[in-house]
Amino acid sequence: MKQGIFEIASTRRLAPGTFEMNLAGDTSAITAPGQFVNIRLDGLFLRRPISVCDWSDGELTIQYKVVGRGTRAMSELRPGTRLDLLTGLGNGYTIDGCGERPLLIGGGAGVPPMIALAKALLAAGAKPTAVLGFNRESEVFDVDRFEALDVPVVLCTAGGSRGVKGFVTDGMKAAGAYTYTYACGPEPMLRAVYGLSTADGQYSFEERMGCGFGACMGCSCQTRYGAKRICKDGPVLRKEEIVW
Amino acid sequence: MVDTRVTLSGWTLDNPVIPASGTFGYGYEFAELYDINALGTFSFKGTTLHPRFGNPTPRIAECTAGMINAVGLQNPGVDKVISEELPKLKACFHKQVIANVSGFSVDEYAECARRLDGEEQVGLIELNVSCPNVHGGGMAFGTQPEAAAEVTRAVKAACKKPVYVKLSPNVTDIAAIARACEAAGADGLCLINTLLGMRIDLRSRRPVIANTMGGFSGSAIFPVALRMVWQVYETVSIPIIGVGGVSSAEDVIEMMLAGATAVEVGAANLVEPFICRDIVEKLPEVMAQYGIESLTDIIGGAHS
Repeated sequence: MKQGIFEIASTRRLAPGTFEMNLAGDTSAITAPGQFVNIRLDGLFLRRPISVCDWSDGELTIQYKVVGRGTRAMSELRPGTRLDLLTGLGNGYTIDGCGERPLLIGGGAGVPPMIALAKALLAAGAKPTAVLGFNRESEVFDVDRFEALDVPVVLCTAGGSRGVKGFVTDGMKAAGAYTYTYACGPEPMLRAVYGLSTADGQYSFEERMGCGFGACMGCSCQTRYGAKRICKDGPVLRKEEIVW
Repeated sequence: MVDTRVTLSGWTLDNPVIPASGTFGYGYEFAELYDINALGTFSFKGTTLHPRFGNPTPRIAECTAGMINAVGLQNPGVDKVISEELPKLKACFHKQVIANVSGFSVDEYAECARRLDGEEQVGLIELNVSCPNVHGGGMAFGTQPEAAAEVTRAVKAACKKPVYVKLSPNVTDIAAIARACEAAGADGLCLINTLLGMRIDLRSRRPVIANTMGGFSGSAIFPVALRMVWQVYETVSIPIIGVGGVSSAEDVIEMMLAGATAVEVGAANLVEPFICRDIVEKLPEVMAQYGIESLTDIIGGAHS
């Protein structure tokens, strides 16, 4: 973990209520896709944990949905604003042992970390397929990003106005054979994916956090190997350790 | 050259800055960030006789200038603390530490404290009779003078090291409880623990915290903590560790002027992980600014 000042380079609205922010700063503490950053915002006591969408040397991209005061305040920040970030938080996904055809399953605000994961998998020689789920067509984002990476996308909308009608589990059935599942999204989605997937996998969980770096025990969960902290020992748990 | 040293019951600390229990784990997460030997000492995660997972999540809620937690004393139990956590800590922290002890009966408090008292790494026992997040224990012992005195007596009888009782602010007369602990043999007091609070989510119309209520901490509570340290200093003659909303070197000095011999920093560690190191570094400069040569000289200095 590192603490550092980042400057907002650009911001963009991806869909109603969903935004992207590109930041410039020291990204050296970020070591794996699926990690997150914790952002200090004026007037708010707790930092706001946001997953890393993508990063490179000196550049960081986050994508987030406005769900409360913190994310609303973030959406109002302009390029040039400097932010205090804790970076390199959480364990992130590992890419060993996922076989040739891993499925990347992202639901809504759980889609962004799949971008960096897709890149890492491609670099390692795997052929990932993305299954992306959204409530409605107007909320869809990032399909173009996966397509730019030549990652096939199975898009699902609950009402069926675009892509497969239904949830990511319906998309999984349409995706063909797979060797592994990587999932990020709301807990009911993770549970449904876990129930349907015939392959091993890794699942990224969300919880209200205090510190984000393992000190306060605010986000603990039970696993097959005892209590774990979502922020430090997670947010990614391996399939075999999850207790629902 | 200013003198930042303070002494708690014969134990001299390089400076009065102490990360508070529950905000610093067993130390080694922070040791990855900076050399924690710069601290006066720290108070480790509240430890009970038996392992505890704590409360269901959500355990955390945002507040104006603070936060609510309802962790519920998650810890691996005293035996694992001694066999696993303390040896790990020894590799990165070369000072003695404050052992924060909690329990659900007088006997449990005494037994847990007795086991930690035998550890050379432990400098003093902080008796937590003020945790608002557990039922049938914790705060139940800290809200009645008689109960606080009883658990103090039992732990004193079980320990050779100094015993400091950590008091709850959720009482009508903290001075009466402080006096009861002093009369029962407490070597010092630590105050305040968190204030009982809650938040409600407007969308779900339900409490944010799964356990409904939790402990409110953060800079918002500093004036309350300072006031209580002031009141207790007026009524007891044992040392006080002041805690509650401290987040700067200026706050440390203000707390000491109210009557604290040392000062704990709690919630601030969770949002500014380097804050205790920064306060330690800043203290000499702020002391010089206010004409303070020795911190010990200003303890209770605001009282006439």
